[in-house]
Amino acid sequence: MSYTPEMRELIKKVEATRPQRLGHDYPRMTPEEKQDVLKNHHPDYIQEQFREAKVGPNKGDRFPHEVADILEAYARMDRSQFDVNQPDKEVDVLVIGGGGGGAAASLMAHEAGADVMMATKLRFGDANTVMAQGGIQAADKPTDSPAIHYLDVMGGGHYTNIPELVNALVSDAPDVIRWLEKMGCMFDKDSSGNMKTKHGGGTSRMRMHSARDYTGAEIMRTVRDEVICRDINVVEFCAAVELLLDDNGKAAGAVLYNMETEEYMVVKAKSVVLATGGMGRLHTQNFPTSNHYGATADGLVLAYRAGAKLAFMDTVQYHPTGASFPEQVEGFLITEKVRGLGATPINVHGEQFVYHLETRDVEASAIIRECARGNGIKAPSGMAGVWLDSPMIEELHGEGTIEKEVPAMYRQFARFDVDIRKDPILVYPTLHYQNGGVLINDQAESTLENLFVAGEASGGIHGRNRLMGNSLLDILVMGRRAGRNAAARAKDSNGQSGKLNVSHVDAFEKELKEAGIDKQLLSPILIPLPEKLNPRLKD
Amino acid sequence: MTKDVKNQEKSQGQNMVDIYIMGKKYTVPDSLTIMKGFEYAGYTLIRGCGCRAGFCGACSTVYRVAGDHELKVGLACQTKVENDMYLTQIPFYPAHKVQYQLDELQGDTDQLAETFPEITKCVGCNACSNVCPQDIKVMKYIAHAIRGEISKAADESFDCLMCGLCATKCPANILQYKVALLSRRLHSRYLVPGAEHLQDRLKEIEEGKYDAEMDQLMNASREELVDKYNNRDIE
Repeated sequence: MSYTPEMRELIKKVEATRPQRLGHDYPRMTPEEKQDVLKNHHPDYIQEQFREAKVGPNKGDRFPHEVADILEAYARMDRSQFDVNQPDKEVDVLVIGGGGGGAAASLMAHEAGADVMMATKLRFGDANTVMAQGGIQAADKPTDSPAIHYLDVMGGGHYTNIPELVNALVSDAPDVIRWLEKMGCMFDKDSSGNMKTKHGGGTSRMRMHSARDYTGAEIMRTVRDEVICRDINVVEFCAAVELLLDDNGKAAGAVLYNMETEEYMVVKAKSVVLATGGMGRLHTQNFPTSNHYGATADGLVLAYRAGAKLAFMDTVQYHPTGASFPEQVEGFLITEKVRGLGATPINVHGEQFVYHLETRDVEASAIIRECARGNGIKAPSGMAGVWLDSPMIEELHGEGTIEKEVPAMYRQFARFDVDIRKDPILVYPTLHYQNGGVLINDQAESTLENLFVAGEASGGIHGRNRLMGNSLLDILVMGRRAGRNAAARAKDSNGQSGKLNVSHVDAFEKELKEAGIDKQLLSPILIPLPEKLNPRLKD
Repeated sequence: MTKDVKNQEKSQGQNMVDIYIMGKKYTVPDSLTIMKGFEYAGYTLIRGCGCRAGFCGACSTVYRVAGDHELKVGLACQTKVENDMYLTQIPFYPAHKVQYQLDELQGDTDQLAETFPEITKCVGCNACSNVCPQDIKVMKYIAHAIRGEISKAADESFDCLMCGLCATKCPANILQYKVALLSRRLHSRYLVPGAEHLQDRLKEIEEGKYDAEMDQLMNASREELVDKYNNRDIE
């Protein structure tokens, strides 16, 4: 599935301009130019792709249709199959989600002496964490500081981020790196042990720590191994389908659903950590996604029904560079590190049209604009894209750099006979990240007492746009805080043992009925909706 | 970029192939990966499907093409279907659970063989390297492990997805991917120096060096932040 002869012809134009482009940085956009391209081309600004929620804690707020569809849906659990007051299992802390955030929460809660159970819908470690290639930010170099990191995060998020959350993020960052280093995570280092750090989009200091281009995978391998070594109870292929509340309306466990036997399991817990990730597999506005199979926003549905407030749900991150070719890898993420190393976006005429390290929302909007102007390249599948001139990397840093710095990327394309050392990559923005989520405070607690939320499932840290390298950081900073605080809460509540209920689900369904919403879809959906069940793809 | 437009363009000139999923025949477009082939055939995947991008190792698949005796392996999300492909997934491998406390281990040459004594039983067949979807020289890093060359094993095995295909093929029942994981953890913990700049920064944070500046930033007006951000110097 190498490039077609037509595409080969177009690649010649990229090659022709390469020598002139070398050593000449394209000018960065002014703040006004950024606003202009965002307003006119970013998918978040297309009003008809959103609607106001009719029910729930965020009634009246704007949601993408795809998210509103599953929030305003009826419960999928079959209540005749279990009794909430006959728990199958009682624990101190129930962690829902088996990615990096869930693992970090489990480790900290366990360390604090809590009896922890982790439930995960798929395998332990099947999460977007393993796919985060580029790096993790932390201001731990002498030229850098948490304050400078703070400013980068706020600017990147267009000053909408919640300050106390950003403070937590940047202040805990060096300790997260130390924690990983001590656990034996294999960071890129020089011979004296100094971290090799690079820039990412929107960073003013080189603070991107990496483990080649398997940074998230290396972090996941390490924390997962540690969870296993500590013998923490991990229950795989069991999805949470509803939260349980106690008499005081506090989170007190969950109903789990065994994906294989289709049986239910009632778990009573003194506190709950939700680390279920985001919603990439809802394919907002029909975008391809870079996300994991499990990214179906289950946690949002659970928390929302139980009364937790969501935040920033009208903003979605489209990563500027998803693969447009070959078709088998459509939506597949081309890590930002590729641009960090010097690969630049190029249009059909072989011209650069945007600086290669603008923030993700600006870079993505500029690529969408370029294609809308008719300067894109069409792949045989019909998908449009622009070139990402990866051979520039070898020109800038010498032969062999690509295999050494981005081996995963090189290998992915080599499988389909595309040699990214010699030929550019065809890219188009891909649905990458849910900027918003369950609103939390700096202790990782939601507005629902005893429900802690970490990582992509939470909202507020990144405001309306997340920077590269801050999500691996987020899952670990907030995962650790969530785990620690959930354990402390469990300890405080010792002795109390109220009755459990799911009456919030009844109340929510009643609200749906009153709002005139029919029973069409059942949620959480757990597995990406097949086309025939997807209300967005009907007719 | 609506779905309908794309599907129309796709259906023209599509070549179909026969594949046999656990022995059952299905006809699917030849442009699909094995994973998409499963879904095209009507399967809803629960096991054997993860990141769908070659990072998580959930979708190890064993297959054979009619007329060829050789048993092949690959990741279902990364391998294209072929005509007369007979396939099944290996969504789980009953590896034994190896537990250790990293704090109590050491980075000395015996450590790997002590934790995983079976590595010394390697017969040198190289079946592990031959099945690795990441083209890792698995037998080579096991040889490093046997010799106590922890850092070399860590480096050589770095791209491992922990899919476990190596272990399924090993006549000595070695869990190569777990040996690899421990080698990386030992190397990073004991054989490379800790980052000093990191310790310095932690000390500064503990001493409250940034507290006042952070307070000021957290209470700054939007205008002040915008001004600071737009005028910040870039390294």
